[in-house]
Amino acid sequence: MFPGTPLFPERASTMAGRVDALYFFLLAVAFFFSALIAGLIVYYAVKYRRRSPDSVGSAIHGGLALEITWTVVPFLITMVIFVWGASVYFAMAHAPAETLNVYVVGKQWMWKFQHLDGQREINELHVPVGRAVKLIATSEDVIHDVFIPEFRIKADVMPGRYVSIWFEATKPGRYHLRCAEYCGTRHSGMIGEIVVMDPNDYQAWLSGGAPEGSLASAGEKLFADLACNTCHRPDAQGRGPVLQGLFGKTVTLQSGETAVVDEAYIRESILLPSAKIAAGYQPIMPTFQGLVSEEQLLELIEYVKSLRTQPEVPTARPEPSAPATGENTPATKKK
Amino acid sequence: MSSTVLAPAHHYLNDGFGVKSWLLTRDHKRIALLYLASITFFFFIGGAFAVMIRLDLATPAGDLVSDDTYNKLFTMHGIVMVFFFLIPSIPATLGNFLVPLMIGAKDLAFPKLNLASWYIYVLGGLFTLYALVSGGVDTGWTFYTPFSTVASTTKVIPAALGIFITGFSSILTGLNFIVTIHRMRAPGMTWFRMPLFLWSIYATSLINVLGTPVIAITLLLIAAERLFHFGFFDPARGGDPVLMQHLFWFYSHPAVYIMVLPAMGVVSELVAAFCRKQVFGYAFVAFASLAIAVLGFLVWGHHMFVAGESVYAAMIFSILSFMVAIPSAVKVFNWTATMYKGSISWDTPMLYAIGFIGLFTIGGLTGLFLAAIAIDVHVTDTYFVIAHFHYIMVGGAIMGYMGGLHYWWPKISGRLYNEFLARIAAGIIFLGFNLTFFPQFVLGYLGMPRRYHAYPPEFQVLNVLSSAGASILGVGYLIPLVYLLWSLRYGRLASDNPWGAVGLEWMTTSPPPTQNFAETPIVTWEAYDYRAPAEGRVA
Repeated sequence: MFPGTPLFPERASTMAGRVDALYFFLLAVAFFFSALIAGLIVYYAVKYRRRSPDSVGSAIHGGLALEITWTVVPFLITMVIFVWGASVYFAMAHAPAETLNVYVVGKQWMWKFQHLDGQREINELHVPVGRAVKLIATSEDVIHDVFIPEFRIKADVMPGRYVSIWFEATKPGRYHLRCAEYCGTRHSGMIGEIVVMDPNDYQAWLSGGAPEGSLASAGEKLFADLACNTCHRPDAQGRGPVLQGLFGKTVTLQSGETAVVDEAYIRESILLPSAKIAAGYQPIMPTFQGLVSEEQLLELIEYVKSLRTQPEVPTARPEPSAPATGENTPATKKK
Repeated sequence: MSSTVLAPAHHYLNDGFGVKSWLLTRDHKRIALLYLASITFFFFIGGAFAVMIRLDLATPAGDLVSDDTYNKLFTMHGIVMVFFFLIPSIPATLGNFLVPLMIGAKDLAFPKLNLASWYIYVLGGLFTLYALVSGGVDTGWTFYTPFSTVASTTKVIPAALGIFITGFSSILTGLNFIVTIHRMRAPGMTWFRMPLFLWSIYATSLINVLGTPVIAITLLLIAAERLFHFGFFDPARGGDPVLMQHLFWFYSHPAVYIMVLPAMGVVSELVAAFCRKQVFGYAFVAFASLAIAVLGFLVWGHHMFVAGESVYAAMIFSILSFMVAIPSAVKVFNWTATMYKGSISWDTPMLYAIGFIGLFTIGGLTGLFLAAIAIDVHVTDTYFVIAHFHYIMVGGAIMGYMGGLHYWWPKISGRLYNEFLARIAAGIIFLGFNLTFFPQFVLGYLGMPRRYHAYPPEFQVLNVLSSAGASILGVGYLIPLVYLLWSLRYGRLASDNPWGAVGLEWMTTSPPPTQNFAETPIVTWEAYDYRAPAEGRVA
């Protein structure tokens, strides 16, 4: 109709086609029922228009069969939509096992990206085509939202939490990144681009510049600078838990509850150390709130994650040898 | 019709003339008019904000106002329209006027409390007006934390306080209606002889009484956190911003039904009166109102599918959201079936009723898109959502309100408005509305987020269409303001029952006497019984 005015967004991820298929089904349902209702109303309004001022309508009070029909049929249709929508969402919510991870920090009003290899970008993210990419995102201030329309994905980015969102781009190109959660003055300027590249171009881009080494190595340096390594030692002699091999494990807390060591747990342990004390340790760790930035937190997290690949040392004290069993028995809880 | 209509000698409008006779009145009909004047004032304030928003969005760069001003415009538009127009609109005006009349009572159960409710509403309105003129507020009507508690430097507390105070008027009006409907029905007016409008007002009142305290608590917590840094919602102090979203939507989703249920009740009345026929499946329509009120409390989580909700919580909220669509669909089918073999007139109120059914159907069906989680992920927080809820709230709630206002205007004012102008205005509103909001569905799926002051140039054509529609819609709303006011003085006198409708309100004079009925009616007929002998019924 108007050149240069798109009416439908491009499809550029593995998820986009699945979302659009459901969308078209819903459009068909909506069009059918809108046309049915509008058609009937107009038809009746004309056909049964009042012919004389005193006429009244027929004495029709209702009909059980009709009521059941127009309760059950829409119910069944909505259940089809529910199952379809939930199953696509289920796929959206579960990233493949192997992903290329990128950390994202949102702040008023920009997007900061940190690649594991150490590259940092602002308002632009380079990723390879045909590979599952996982964004692990947090915010420095208020709530933001990563929204990439061409990929049909969106996730709120919240302070104090890590949100994961994944996609696999299907064709090279430049796609829109827009903040979709209102965040103040320049909300509509908190935009950027996702640059999807051929794997070779991506490799070339990667090798183009990794100024200060990998994210984990930056974290290792910070770990020493902040003197974390005086208490968290690899040999189980320190005053704090051993971190080697800890990521992804389940630990028992002093309260008897358990916690999975994920990004959020490490973050909380650095900023609010007394919130979840591992069983067997004293609450002596000072808070690092205000001393480390969100980006430095991510470096530290990535360093702790990298420790999982180190040669095995004797298992950390607080870690149960068989975390899957016995966790919920009262005996364990009381401890 | 007959040219010898005479105004009744005594009616509620000539029962005292001074300012005091209005400001200290306990007559539910006068209080309804106090509300009518107040909400009309706020409607045009909220509308002015909408006009400025659409003007600003006519260009991609947003050249009319600065980004901070834009953020205040959409915030104030939302706050004013939701809390000071839509929520009180039908219940406080038409509900106040009609609940006693429809059940054959002299007044509401608590007339003084009813007047107090209006004063509470005005007090809340004054706080909001203060927030507005002293610099405005920029949090969005949703007040999401930590933006509202930590980042915003605008008048968050006065605005929150205004909504907090006004909430009490909703609670008290709801209580008043519930007690009145339980205790004051005329002899023979059983529950299942009540007009369907009363069922929907009753359901709405339940939500008002049960839900409003939660938004009050939420706003208090926000104010306390902003003032004293308690940290309920602040992750740095162990709080959680998502907790605030749960509390907010626990009220604000049911609030959608506070807005649209009364309009559904109006539409049931209009369809019956202008088809001269009993509403098809009376009991199903009545219970659908209650089902919506109950299920409406269980779906708030569908506003938070992308806010870190667990996969399984999202699925439960999704399936419940589909369930709440069913009673709405049942109503639409029943209204449509009512028209079958009716005696259908095309008077202005019926045009609004038809407009409501069509637009509400589109609004409801696009709600299915948002309940389907995978689609919601893509379109939430975009213009798709804006279009969807304006189809419900403007295409639904305001269409119903306008239809009801026109239908009962002869009863309220004792005068007839200009039918020709009224039909033209209804048509303009319908066209302007669709031109404004339909392109926004397309914009939303394309990926234009809401609350954007500036947008990519390729979205301009659709935005200009929307802005053009908004100016048509604005004109559409100004025309009724003119001819309704004009009719108060110059309109032809209305007979007691100008539509030939049934219902107790049409069996008393136009305007009704202060006591509503010369003697308490005794009801021996079903609602909308157009074929029964019209004994005692004034035609």
